[in-house]
Amino acid sequence: MPIELKMPALSPTMEEGTLAKWLVKEGDEVKSGDLLAEIETDKATMEFEAIDEGVVSQILVAEGTDGVKVGTVIAVITGEGENAGAKAAPVAAAPATAAKEEAPTSQPVRAEPVEAPSSASAAEAKKDGPSTSSGQTEKGDRIKASPLAKRLAAEQGIDLKALTGTGPGGRIVKADLESAPKGAAAPAAASAPAAPAPASAAAPAAADPIPDFGIPHEDEKLSGMRKTIARRLSQSMQEAPHIYLTVDIRLDALLKLRGEFNASLESRGVKLSVNDMLIKALAVALERVPSCNVSFGGDVMRKYSRADISVAVSIPGGLITPIITDAGAKSLSKISTEMAELAGRAKEGKLKPEEYQGGTASISNMGMMGIKQFTAVINPPQAMIMAIGAGEKRPYVVDDALAIATVMSATGSFDHRAIDGADGALLMKTFKELVESPLGLVA
Amino acid sequence: MADTNYDLIVLGSGPGGYVAAIRAAQLGLKTAIVERENLGGICLNWGCIPTKALLRSAEIYHYMQHAGDYGLIAQQISADIDAVVKRSRGVAKQLSQGVAFLMKKHKISVHMGEGKLASPGKLTVTNDGKTETLTAKNIIVATGARARDLPFAPADGKRIWTYRHALVPPEMPKKLLVIGSGAIGIEFASFYSDMGAEVTVVEMLDRLVPVEDADVSAFLEKQLKKQGMTIFTGAGVEELKATASGVTAKIKTKDGKTESAEFSHAIVAIGIVPNTENIGLEALGVKTTKGHIDTDAMCRTNVPGIWAIGDVTAPPWLAHKAMHESVISVEAIAGNHPHAMDPRNIPGCTYCRPQIASVGLTEAKAKELGYEVKAGTFPFIGNGKAIALGEAEGFTKTVFDAKTGELLGAHMIGAEVTELIQGYTIGKTAELVEDDFIGTVFPHPTLSETMHEGVLAAFGRPLHI
Repeated sequence: MPIELKMPALSPTMEEGTLAKWLVKEGDEVKSGDLLAEIETDKATMEFEAIDEGVVSQILVAEGTDGVKVGTVIAVITGEGENAGAKAAPVAAAPATAAKEEAPTSQPVRAEPVEAPSSASAAEAKKDGPSTSSGQTEKGDRIKASPLAKRLAAEQGIDLKALTGTGPGGRIVKADLESAPKGAAAPAAASAPAAPAPASAAAPAAADPIPDFGIPHEDEKLSGMRKTIARRLSQSMQEAPHIYLTVDIRLDALLKLRGEFNASLESRGVKLSVNDMLIKALAVALERVPSCNVSFGGDVMRKYSRADISVAVSIPGGLITPIITDAGAKSLSKISTEMAELAGRAKEGKLKPEEYQGGTASISNMGMMGIKQFTAVINPPQAMIMAIGAGEKRPYVVDDALAIATVMSATGSFDHRAIDGADGALLMKTFKELVESPLGLVA
Repeated sequence: MADTNYDLIVLGSGPGGYVAAIRAAQLGLKTAIVERENLGGICLNWGCIPTKALLRSAEIYHYMQHAGDYGLIAQQISADIDAVVKRSRGVAKQLSQGVAFLMKKHKISVHMGEGKLASPGKLTVTNDGKTETLTAKNIIVATGARARDLPFAPADGKRIWTYRHALVPPEMPKKLLVIGSGAIGIEFASFYSDMGAEVTVVEMLDRLVPVEDADVSAFLEKQLKKQGMTIFTGAGVEELKATASGVTAKIKTKDGKTESAEFSHAIVAIGIVPNTENIGLEALGVKTTKGHIDTDAMCRTNVPGIWAIGDVTAPPWLAHKAMHESVISVEAIAGNHPHAMDPRNIPGCTYCRPQIASVGLTEAKAKELGYEVKAGTFPFIGNGKAIALGEAEGFTKTVFDAKTGELLGAHMIGAEVTELIQGYTIGKTAELVEDDFIGTVFPHPTLSETMHEGVLAAFGRPLHI
């Protein structure tokens, strides 16, 4: 089935870009994760990766072309033996999901816009605000918040779900937005009334001015998303004592199962990625080890009865974490289609706040970049994040004999205030077992 | 001998203390309350309640004198100050007995006598030379406050009065000097003026009721002058001497001149002094600021096991603040997690004529704090009910944060506004924004419609003006 590759939106504000360079040519065989092209926006150059296998049958936009509108079909990939000329029904979101889980800078952050009027993403959030500020999530969970708190949160892109209310009955009140830097967006902005100084000027993550050594340079103003990322990650590292637990996981069984699944799911147009399966594995592991599916709330421990997995998706302006809600209860094919759809809209900057705010734990995958192993920063108020390294063939001891196996290293970061080492270790063990014996994911 | 070990001892039975005891009993704590004088404290016996009884008489007297305005005929109207005071005392007595009943109902052990903290967890009560010792893990100090005297002219109860004397006057003053224009001073000024006295008010600061919004102060001054009072603001009483026939006062006016004036009586209402002496605070090292006990948001003092609420602590010195603190402290003692009180959500009421009620920040204070302010005022003359009542003097003013729509403050002066302010207080406590007030249906015809209009006015869209 031919797949149209469309010009990706590399940031929420991107409308067009330059197709700087093709890294493949017509007739090349590509597989998921291969770099296809370099695309420039006014801010950065990004590599465009494949998530599908096939042959590049047509390149429709020549390299060096400026002003390519987001969504324009730039190339067509066909499966083996397929006829590229047969113009198949466009497969929605396929191109946009390229590069999805395999985020080059995969630190998941709720990418709420911080600054209001200037950025389109802020406008987006504001527009979407009422859906959250009405106090209802799509799942009907009521967020208790005062009208003022809701308004402030909507204006400042603060995730109410991430806050702990201190008002009557756990109601989120203005003070919670002001006092809690664990709030998603600039707390300085929330307290703006008392501080007439321009709120947005408050550095999200305090940093000294960069000394000027006379090196030619250009200072680019931080986007709201970048400020949010900076603040939240600094906050996480400063407040949450991280512990890191690494396991090596043999992937052969999972890859085999994936191959079988994809063969049988092809007719439905579903193609599981390894990451889709790891999302499920993490969710199931969290369900089995609920002591890791928590948030540390100062004087309370919030224990979640459902595993919502935030999946780090890189976009050039930063990064966003669309959520697979209740991933443990969803089938792999459902996770896969949801993820493709969410990642697609993430690239277009069209996620609704409730689609990226929340989550009980995160997963970040840099395997596609060949990263062997890494540690990720916890995405507060979550208490754990799983960092996935590259699956690679390694010498492996099987039955006391050296053999070759496909192995990846996964590292969980745990908020040690909330999660003891032994519990974290149990989660890693459970995760490893689920991946190595992946039938547990479909049972 | 009775068991004198309790879970909680409350020292003082004013509105803070007795409510603390009730809440503690409700939560299952074995509770004792210690009182040296009257159950119910100042509020019931010598404050809020008896003054309201007096003011009610004055109000009715005022209406009777203006019966003709309503097409009614009332002749040979006169006032019997002794009967008015007697009624007021009766009201106070009824309520104090009510407190005694509530203590009994909740099985709270009442110990009459002078209480003194002996050590953390131990309190002695002395009555008629006999001393008993009570013990409890937690003790709440709710000893309240008393009137501050002029240093050069302490109240004598004959010619120079505090609120306490003014509540049970030996005679009806003919020409009264009221020193201080806070709630207490202005209420007595209003009462005695309506009862027929010639009243002069001297306020040190540059306007009457200085804690209120400047617009309210200006409006009040105009109204009181219209009623015949003499008002000095930015002025001080430099000398006050009681004579056989009255008092002589030297008043330094705003322009720096000193005037001598004769009055029949003077009421000193220049503030309060906390009752922190001789209750053992110093020995235990309980910290105070300007005499008032320092507490945290849960009413804890710096000494573990010792708590403090009400007038003996930081301002505002209002009965409802004390009552609210009593519940906070007791909940905290019982191991619950009460919500701290936001001082900006504590309303204040003054029962002069016209009444004053407010909550939150004044417009000036809001600006001083850096808020970009949207403020609006709606006059009672635009309200049908006010006109029908014949009480069209007054206004409702609201102050909003222009950026967020947060209600920062509400300020009302006029008929019955003390009964209205709770609407804004609820809204403010619940953090409603302007849309919520604007979207609320207010019943017609009521004075409360001015509250709706007051919000609309702040946003430039009042309807009836």
